[in-house]
Amino acid sequence: MSYTAAVVEGYSDVAPQVRRDGGVTTVDARGVYYRRVNETVRQAISDGATHLVLTGVNGQRYIGTGVSAHGVRIDVHGTAGNDLGMLMDGPMIEVFGNAQDGVGNTMNAGTIVVHGDAGDVLGYGMRGGHVYIRGDVGYRVGIHMKAYENLVPVLVCGGKARDFFGEYMAGGIAVLLGMNTQFPEEPVAGSFLGAGMHGGVIYVRGTVEPWRCGKEVGIFEATEEDMATLVPLLRDYCSAMGMDFDEVTSQPFTRLAPFSHRPYGKLYVPL
Amino acid sequence: MTAQRPRYAEEAPYKIHGGCGLMGLCDESGTLMSGEDAILAMAIQHDRGNGLGGGFAGYGIYPEFPDHFAFHMMYHDVRAKEDAEALFDEYFVVDLAEPMPTRPVKRITDAPLLWRYFLNPHPRKLEEAESSAEDYVVKAVMTINATVDGAFVASSGKNMGVFKGVGYPEEIGHYFRLEEYAAHTWTGHNRFPTNTPGWWGGAHPFALLDWTIVHNGEISSYGINSRYLETFGYKCTLGTDTEVAAYLFDLMLRRHKLPLELACKALASPLWEEIDRMPAAERELMRSLRAVYGPAMLNGPFAIVLGFNGGMVALNDRIKLRPLVAARTGSVVMVASEESAIRAVMDSPDKVWTPKAGEPTVARVAGMDWPIHGDLHLSPTEVSCAVTGTETSCDFEEARA
Repeated sequence: MSYTAAVVEGYSDVAPQVRRDGGVTTVDARGVYYRRVNETVRQAISDGATHLVLTGVNGQRYIGTGVSAHGVRIDVHGTAGNDLGMLMDGPMIEVFGNAQDGVGNTMNAGTIVVHGDAGDVLGYGMRGGHVYIRGDVGYRVGIHMKAYENLVPVLVCGGKARDFFGEYMAGGIAVLLGMNTQFPEEPVAGSFLGAGMHGGVIYVRGTVEPWRCGKEVGIFEATEEDMATLVPLLRDYCSAMGMDFDEVTSQPFTRLAPFSHRPYGKLYVPL
Repeated sequence: MTAQRPRYAEEAPYKIHGGCGLMGLCDESGTLMSGEDAILAMAIQHDRGNGLGGGFAGYGIYPEFPDHFAFHMMYHDVRAKEDAEALFDEYFVVDLAEPMPTRPVKRITDAPLLWRYFLNPHPRKLEEAESSAEDYVVKAVMTINATVDGAFVASSGKNMGVFKGVGYPEEIGHYFRLEEYAAHTWTGHNRFPTNTPGWWGGAHPFALLDWTIVHNGEISSYGINSRYLETFGYKCTLGTDTEVAAYLFDLMLRRHKLPLELACKALASPLWEEIDRMPAAERELMRSLRAVYGPAMLNGPFAIVLGFNGGMVALNDRIKLRPLVAARTGSVVMVASEESAIRAVMDSPDKVWTPKAGEPTVARVAGMDWPIHGDLHLSPTEVSCAVTGTETSCDFEEARA
């Protein structure tokens, strides 16, 4: 047996290489520990950078997390790690690749565009901003999204979703297109669609079997009023994804909304 | 001797909350891969653990001893080693005993005495026991773990081994010099102990014969599972819930010869309302399965990878409460808790996807015996046939006509 003192490391705890070229700040994240990457991003933003390009990203967590800034754009090349844009307030993140779990967790404002698939608990507790996913998404997407006055979060998924889409949803708009998918045989959504939902609205391109939906959910054909809400969102989504708006709207949409705003209102009230 | 929980000085009385990470890598062509890729996949998932447990299983690593049971042992002290070796000498023929090759790694401290043995059952004793070699070995493993104070069997299969301990997985991998081993199938684990202490024996994979399990999640049905397993002679002594999954697979796949699909459906049962929607034959099968194997159901969140000689199977709980991503490049199949672990190993996978909850992702090494009853992806009729084995239910053409 040969002896090689191989030292395999996931990430190195070193500052990433940064290059400034005109208005663009490029951060080489390849093999760099997530804390160093995110420190560099935050420092660059506080130094006035408005366009960051992160290259060689693979699994680094918390990119854009907690960043509060407007007019800032972050391009991510590679696979974005967990909790991308968590608690984010303002920036625009564009991922050229897939994103892992927890994208837009409790996000407040801004836009996340993923030109690939995304994982589970996407948009968890999201309370503002836009998240656009090109392809398929995982389980519990849009769980507990919420809205308050003019803060209305919007989630548009171009592919198919697994179980519990829009579970416990309390506000906002979640849209499922079922188009850009690697699972053509699968239904557009899994089971427990909108289970426990008590606010907001889910739009599904095409139709949904009633047994897939939570018992709190009413199923309706989208009305003109619904389309008036949807059309500008879909136009924006199509322009971000380079998709054909006419094709996206070539099928009718189904609207899922809760019967009651307070399904558990009587549960804890003494009689 | 009575089955008593052994004392381990390494056990800590405290409890920490968190997650875990895992990986599985299998080349279905049987091409051997060094342990470096397995270490890299776990190093990328470093932050999923907290340094209180890391480990790997490799298959095809002992071509010099393909027909010997390879026992990887952990000993708390010399006394434990002497006691266990006395048992080996009495019940087995040991053809090689040697310390595990390790190298010093900065953060790996308090390692137990680590030894490996290549052995086979003593022919006369095996004949007296009137059991298969496998059952004989299982009994020996249970006896050692339950009654030899301070001794623990880390693995006991042929041409495979488990390398595990307290530390981050990449540290454990360096410590055991995994780059010197070549395997067609690797699994790996990064532990973040939740309900039980982080100690050397409690790190994953958990193994019995050549079945190994790495697990992210927690098995809240541990009580009922372990009582059920006790009725078949298994003793749950390691103080960690994952142990039951390894024994359940041994019971269902090896002893009861259940097809893989059925064993997976017993562990991650479809919900009753899902069963109600199934076609009649499948519905009856699933109802029977839940009735017979109810105590084998794993309640709670899990993502697991089962490794064995012949491939690997990855499985999620039925509502996917733990992450699992799969990919394929040519003949190489890989699963991990995070996509980044896969992309660190595979430059540009042909396909990356998230497996569906409760549905196994399977990698099968070509040309190797498939230790599981029935072929892959059986129809409900074929599964009924495999279970009952009667001619009428096996006459598919007639059933379809």
